[in-house]
Amino acid sequence: MLKWPLRLEKRAVPSGSLRLTAPLLAVLAMVITGFVVFSLLGQAPLQALKLFFITPLTTVYGLGELLLKATPLVLCALGLALGFRANVWNIGAEGQLTLGALCSGGVALFWAPALGNLALPLALVAGTAGGMAWAAIPAWLRTRFNTSEILVSLMLVYIAQLWLVMMLHGSWRDPDGFNFPQSRAFADGLLLPLLWEGQRANWAVWFTLVLALMSWLFSSQLFAGYRMLVSGEAPAAAAYAGFSERWTIWLALLISGGCAGLAGACEVLGPIGRLQTTISPGYGFAAIIVAFVGRLHPVGIVLAGLLMSLLYLGGENVQLELQLPSAMTGLFQGTLLFYLLAADLFINFRLPLASTPKVRP
Amino acid sequence: MSSDLFIAIFTSTIVAATPLVYAALGELVVERAGVLNLGVEGMMLIGALAAFAVNASTGHTGLAYMAAALAAALLALLFAILTLSLQANQVATGLALTLFGLGLSAFLGRNLAGMPAVTLQPLALPWLRDLPLIGPLLFRFDAAVYGSLLLYWAISHFLRNTRAGLRLRAVGESATVAHSLGQPVMRIRYAATLFGGLTSGLAGAYLSTALTPMWVEGMSSGRGWIALALVVFATWRPARVLLGAYLFGGMTVLQLHSQALGLHVPSEALSMLPYIATIVVLVLICRNPKTILLNQPASLGRNFHPDA
Repeated sequence: MLKWPLRLEKRAVPSGSLRLTAPLLAVLAMVITGFVVFSLLGQAPLQALKLFFITPLTTVYGLGELLLKATPLVLCALGLALGFRANVWNIGAEGQLTLGALCSGGVALFWAPALGNLALPLALVAGTAGGMAWAAIPAWLRTRFNTSEILVSLMLVYIAQLWLVMMLHGSWRDPDGFNFPQSRAFADGLLLPLLWEGQRANWAVWFTLVLALMSWLFSSQLFAGYRMLVSGEAPAAAAYAGFSERWTIWLALLISGGCAGLAGACEVLGPIGRLQTTISPGYGFAAIIVAFVGRLHPVGIVLAGLLMSLLYLGGENVQLELQLPSAMTGLFQGTLLFYLLAADLFINFRLPLASTPKVRP
Repeated sequence: MSSDLFIAIFTSTIVAATPLVYAALGELVVERAGVLNLGVEGMMLIGALAAFAVNASTGHTGLAYMAAALAAALLALLFAILTLSLQANQVATGLALTLFGLGLSAFLGRNLAGMPAVTLQPLALPWLRDLPLIGPLLFRFDAAVYGSLLLYWAISHFLRNTRAGLRLRAVGESATVAHSLGQPVMRIRYAATLFGGLTSGLAGAYLSTALTPMWVEGMSSGRGWIALALVVFATWRPARVLLGAYLFGGMTVLQLHSQALGLHVPSEALSMLPYIATIVVLVLICRNPKTILLNQPASLGRNFHPDA
């Protein structure tokens, strides 16, 4: 009954053009799914799709929001992609982001007056360091004790979130905040400057672009990046060449942790402006999708980050306009990744039913 | 410690561990067949939602559990098609399954939050339940708790003593060799993956009908991942899964009884315990590379295709 109906033929060389078109196919399939879902919900599908994908981009404020939400996604995804290419599966970016927020928030809350002008940069550095430290735990445990970085980094997400809540219920709570579990608002000078007035995107966009460039340089121009790539694609060859596996794991986790920590710092020092119990609506997890949809390449990741950010905005917009649940966003995100993984089949395989096998003498 | 407190801690430990038992035992079978499905969390959530929805609308718990198993098995089928038939990366697809399950359950369950539901009732075991001490300790659970023990027995018997179990293990150790011996690798892996989905669904159902009878977005709060860790902790052996699950169950209920036990720690710190324990336990088990090497199914997570 479950007999193999589909005959696959392995391509001699993975198809390069399909590697690039697969994400577009996946996006197309996602939009078609959206059409069906909106119809099933009793909405005019084209109208709803327009509200979801186009309306958020028609105002300057909306464009700012697009950049604002894309920043943490791209930041996290850049780091994660580096690890994924090296076969290091850090899926705890959400936790590293939370710890980054916690550390930068701590600096902003308690040391700002003493630090003066240096407070903002140091808060950013503290956030990055916090994310790195949180990612160092799975790195150390993996290299020293051989534990799965997947499970450890994920467990640390829950621990980081509980830690943040614990601080906000305890000594970091705003004394004038009517017992809400949130900290005092940071002073104005402590917030990242806006890109332009009338919207909320800030300098974090520049950090992201610089990091995207650095990530491209690292992975395509530097020997260190090449070593990581080999470790992921051909671990045996990497071992034979004497590339250290430990070094790859440490580097991948520290970089991705640092990026996620910076993302968390930029969130609290930007649009949020204080510490609260939820810092991100799952940016750290959505970044996994961004990394894959972006083909683990910096340019792709920036584009995928913008798309994913649009999914958040679209979800909010249909909630506002059509009273549809904002959970649509999560649904779209999950479907997109599924379609992409399915479309990836055709990079390495072909369906011979499409063409008759060529017989060569 | 008074005997009442002891009984309360013991029974709530068993109850808290039951979803872990279901999910981890199912994942154990999946992994013994060489498939690594990281989507347990997503399947649990879909199961929890399906069970809650059916339970709230019909009030029939048996039906609710069936719906949960079916819904989660459908998600597992999606995983199987992607990784087994379409050769997608198992790690990435498992992550996708979790994210998808989280999104889908939040979307479908948007109107169910805050609705009241029927709690799974303890089994009426005449006169056994009235035995002194043993009665309240062992014979006042609901059917799902006894079901989890039955499942444990069935799985260990299946893996150890049956021909089908041997074939499943062979596929997990080396899909290529099993294939060349004429074993239907694909069919066995499909079956194992679907079974894993089924039990994850039951685990979810237990969450939303017995442990916390309500629907909340993301209510499994990492239990699916803890179940995955339990399989490693158990070095892929059913008996140790059971042991591990009860240890973790104890950890999660500590918070409930912290007042009675006289612990003065912030509740968040106690909530962290199961997650910290997961990490500690993984370190203890994985510290010796041989433990993993000797026990892990040799082709775990590796794709296999008869045509390729």
